Amino acid sequence: MRALQRFGVTVGIGLLALLSVGHQASAQIKIGAVLSVTGPASFLGDPEKKTLEMYVDDINATGGVNGQKLQLIVYDDGAKASEALTFAKRLLDEDKIIAMIGGSTTGSTLAMIPVFEEAQVPFISLAGAIQIIQPVRKWVFKTPHTDTMACEKIFADLKRRNLTTIAIIAGADAFGKSMRDQCVAVAPKAGITIAHEETYGASDTDMTPQLTNIKGKAGVQAVVNTGFGQGPAIVTRNYRQLDIKLPLYQSHGVASKQFISLAGPAAEGVRLPAAALLVADKLPENDKQKLIVEYYKKTYEQRSGQPVSTFGGHAYDGLMILVEAAKRAGSWDKAKLRDEIEKTKDFIGTAGIVNMSPTDHLGLDLTAFRMLEIKNGDWTLVP
Amino acid sequence: MAELLQFIFSGLTVGAVYALVALGFTLIYNASDVVNFAQGEFVMLGGMTTVFLGLAGVPLPIAALIAVIATVAVGVALHRLAIEPARGAGPVALIMITIGASIFLRGIAQIIFDKRFHSLPPLFGNDPIRVGGAAILPQSLVVLFGAVVIVVLLWVFIDRTLLGKAVIATAANRLAARLVGIDTRRIVGFSFAVSAAIGAVAGILVTPVTLTSYEVGTLLALKGFAAAMLGGMGNAIGAVVGGILLGLLEAFAAGYLSSQYKDAVAFLVILAVLFAMPQGLFGRAKVDRV
Repeated sequence: MRALQRFGVTVGIGLLALLSVGHQASAQIKIGAVLSVTGPASFLGDPEKKTLEMYVDDINATGGVNGQKLQLIVYDDGAKASEALTFAKRLLDEDKIIAMIGGSTTGSTLAMIPVFEEAQVPFISLAGAIQIIQPVRKWVFKTPHTDTMACEKIFADLKRRNLTTIAIIAGADAFGKSMRDQCVAVAPKAGITIAHEETYGASDTDMTPQLTNIKGKAGVQAVVNTGFGQGPAIVTRNYRQLDIKLPLYQSHGVASKQFISLAGPAAEGVRLPAAALLVADKLPENDKQKLIVEYYKKTYEQRSGQPVSTFGGHAYDGLMILVEAAKRAGSWDKAKLRDEIEKTKDFIGTAGIVNMSPTDHLGLDLTAFRMLEIKNGDWTLVP
Repeated sequence: MAELLQFIFSGLTVGAVYALVALGFTLIYNASDVVNFAQGEFVMLGGMTTVFLGLAGVPLPIAALIAVIATVAVGVALHRLAIEPARGAGPVALIMITIGASIFLRGIAQIIFDKRFHSLPPLFGNDPIRVGGAAILPQSLVVLFGAVVIVVLLWVFIDRTLLGKAVIATAANRLAARLVGIDTRRIVGFSFAVSAAIGAVAGILVTPVTLTSYEVGTLLALKGFAAAMLGGMGNAIGAVVGGILLGLLEAFAAGYLSSQYKDAVAFLVILAVLFAMPQGLFGRAKVDRV
């Protein structure tokens, strides 16, 4: 309901702004974005750019925010951190932006943080790693969940099933390695013992030797695969080929229909944590996020003609957190804007319900992830 | 025991894929001394074209046939448009051209197809064959069988047909071959066409096992190339033995040593073999007659 109210407020403010347009020559508010629209991380940057453009147009069509229209300036860093830094400087020095959304990748974001801290401009990153917000930096925020949260979600589900000894099989790509490290780090606190570890190359086509070793390891009760791309699909197939009966957990990195179609019948029974956006139509009616994720999914799919992805959702969250903060601040003053972003409470986004604080510049908790199980070739929510 | 058997099965599965890719290198190398680094892209084109025609509703056998024909067309075009105009250049320059062609084909594939991973249904289903506690997928045997069939066909072609002899003659001495009336230009072009066909067939057969995407060619070509070097560049049987050996090495390294260093172990062994036998296991030592 809150989302609807907010929507109403947006429209209301927009109408007011339209009426007052004759009296006041409104300067445009410049919002910068450095995204990896092309290159190896284009699956992140492309939906992010489309989402930002879509919603900035929408906001402007209803009169902008605080009587001023938004101007979005997007640069493409091609997933290169050095390029990102160059564009960040250009946004600050030449374009004189009020706030920044983006940094599709962790590398780009970390490269840009120092210049935004120095220039004192609010910076909402769309990248995954926890290092972006730990330690907390005054001007830096982020919207996507972290790998650590995915590990914690999996471990919580394991505990509920009374499974405490696991084996990890990790992809040797950046995502797989990073998540493996996070899982190993939080395992003791969660009461999980990692009895065995295996890795595989990102382009490997057969993981049966690694899985044979896991199968032969006494005491292992479940297997967690951290990885991205085609690797987890092959792991899942090999897992069934070897007829391993233990529960198999995949990461949020493969939370897409593509995984189910690649792994085929072998995917049955696999569990994984994922954002609510992926199961928009399966959320119960009383779910707080249902309205917003269905609204975003519908808008994105209609206007872009492509299936919705969580990455575009992160951009939506970033833009809306910024806009809400500007409305609460009543101005586009950078310092006030920053303070209001930090005060974001009960913001319902596509990633989850955001409650930021001076010590938490992400503001999501484990409820942001849903535990899914694949049944009959489709997702089902694990209660 | 079951473990050992499973590692062997894994080695055969991966090795058969490498062997099929490695086979594609042999013919072009035989005819022109060029290592065609766009060979991996032929493999990718075979798999991806079949997948996308299949998605468009074309029955898979017909889709596979069209994919092979399309890939052959690309192979011939590569020869006509890139290799042939540079015919005076040495092998190194030609190899660089093939690397350029491979990047170009990958870029085109990214636009025409998409950037996702795709799969094809296996010929004989997903149910693994279980032997002594280990399991192997039927498609792995299909890939292995495909490699053997291609080796036999290549052998018959090179050793038993006039055209095959012409390929050998062209490789041995292009000027002399031309003097005895062989159209060497056409022979090299022909070798590109056949290599493209082998690549496409490989791509179609391995896709159910390895999955495919626009950039899968680079990595397959790298492993296929290593396998071809190990077996002896230009030797069809060597390519198959090299491929399977490489697969087994990786599987044993991953199973018995550490999955983290399996690629390193495999390449160390290749280096050691090449130190002792620079021509590879089955390669002929080049003898220069005076």
